[in-house]
Amino acid sequence: MPELRNLTLNFGPQHPAAHGVLRLILEMEGEVIKRADPHIGLLHRATEKLAESKPYNQSIGYMDRLDYVSMMCNEHGYVLAIEKLLSVEVPERGQYIRVMFDEITRILNHLLWIAAHGLDVGAMTIFLYAFREREDLMDCYEAVSGARLHATYYRPGGVARDLPDTMPQYEAGKFRSDKDANRLNENRQGSLLDFLEDFTQKFPKYVDEYETLLTDNRIWKQRLVDVGIVSPERALQMGFTGPMLRGSGIEWDLRKKQTYEVYDKVEFDIPIGTNGDSYDRYLVRMAEMRESNKIIIQCIDWLRKNPGPVHTEDHKLFPPSRESMKGDMESLIHHFKLFTEGFCLPEGEAYAAIEHPKGEFGCYIISDGANKPYRLKIRAPGFAHLAGMNEMSKGHMLSDIVTIIGSQDIVFGEIDR
Amino acid sequence: MASIAHWIKSFTLWELLKGMRLTGRYLFSRKITVQYPEEKTPMSPRFRGLHALRRYKNGEERCIACKLCEAVCPALAITIDSEQREDGTRRTTRYDIDLFKCIFCGFCEEACPVDSIVETRHFEYHFENQGDQIMTKSDLLKIGDRFEDQIAADRKADAPYR
Repeated sequence: MPELRNLTLNFGPQHPAAHGVLRLILEMEGEVIKRADPHIGLLHRATEKLAESKPYNQSIGYMDRLDYVSMMCNEHGYVLAIEKLLSVEVPERGQYIRVMFDEITRILNHLLWIAAHGLDVGAMTIFLYAFREREDLMDCYEAVSGARLHATYYRPGGVARDLPDTMPQYEAGKFRSDKDANRLNENRQGSLLDFLEDFTQKFPKYVDEYETLLTDNRIWKQRLVDVGIVSPERALQMGFTGPMLRGSGIEWDLRKKQTYEVYDKVEFDIPIGTNGDSYDRYLVRMAEMRESNKIIIQCIDWLRKNPGPVHTEDHKLFPPSRESMKGDMESLIHHFKLFTEGFCLPEGEAYAAIEHPKGEFGCYIISDGANKPYRLKIRAPGFAHLAGMNEMSKGHMLSDIVTIIGSQDIVFGEIDR
Repeated sequence: MASIAHWIKSFTLWELLKGMRLTGRYLFSRKITVQYPEEKTPMSPRFRGLHALRRYKNGEERCIACKLCEAVCPALAITIDSEQREDGTRRTTRYDIDLFKCIFCGFCEEACPVDSIVETRHFEYHFENQGDQIMTKSDLLKIGDRFEDQIAADRKADAPYR
């Protein structure tokens, strides 16, 4: 009888379920996985090194491109580290806008996650429904920043511009009647906040719909329940954060435990799981979307009542308004200084972390007093999660690896950086 | 009792039918699809699309070759050469934007002290040959002339926030 040997299987980097460019070397015994070895680096863009050669502000756009499904949260981690080193005060309205857009980003991320995860596991319908809501939120992104994905909206000292008072409208034309255009524009009559409020009222119903499609569905449960179990102890030891940790039943959320911006002024709960399997992580993320929705409602309420500055008035850090730049010599000098040289950070180091949709996203900046970082280290949550891949997938079937990748919510932009 | 209910639900594919009822409802409801390119989605005046160089009303180009945009560009996509004209003004002789390098962050527009370089609403464009992605000064001015009304309206709409 010939000797039986394990089969080594190459999974990815072009596999549709690999979420980008994950390459897994799987050692299989029949259809059972004995060892999974993730190979990374196929999307390496040297963001950290790149940041060393540019003034601080110019790297904000590159932060967007780290985790390209939760753009503004990446920016937030970066500007927070700069602000910490500068010890600059952000106006409260700026902080509320940031919190609101962090939560919008969280919903955006979880929607894409549920869409892609559903598609991987075999639920096709959810994909379109999730993208329908993403469209509304990306319109908000576009309204404030001008870009639907890579916003470059947060700046050290605040946010780039205030929220607009009008929303762009659908236009009637040859292919769209006035009646249709009016119907589509119904929720776009007011400001961005009105548009968002309308969204927050509809959104819980949409989440109910997703849950109708998935939560009790027997196929969904067969694919997710008891797949990729992580015990709370192991989750902590492996450095898991975010929904991966909360799914295992540990109540850890930086928004509550190391509160930043105005998260101490808004009310929300931390959903946690019990079993630490993929299904629990799914439930945690669904609950998180509802919590984010609650936070957005509170932010809208506050932002309506409190107009004011959205960024610092320190023009060594934030450029003066265009009007004053054109009329005032000193402002023009500030403007030129800022856009050529940028600003210098005091010598020292700072680490700032935020609760990113995927976990703890941190930026560690070492400054030697220049206008660019001496070293920038990015702590990406997905990296630690991917490192747990071997342990999570051991003993599961080949098709379960897809579920596990999905439930880890891996994005290669941030892992390879 | 609960177990009987569970048993019945399990055998009648209850949760699957519930899901199918939802999709069935959407099958007959009004569609949300936008039939691009005939129909378009709304676009914010802050939209950051293809670049353009603007002119003053008298036809003189705005750019004074201060090179702030070149300095602030994170992707080093902008290249500028300048000279002094006979009338003593400073102008560019070369203004190239490499659109393959550009990350559309909008910093050039923010930096420009004379509102010359702008990012327009125009985003539907393509290149046919290698090298076409480098927008030269004349290309950019042409785009600016073509969309000037829209550009001016958008800047005006967004002026209170900038």
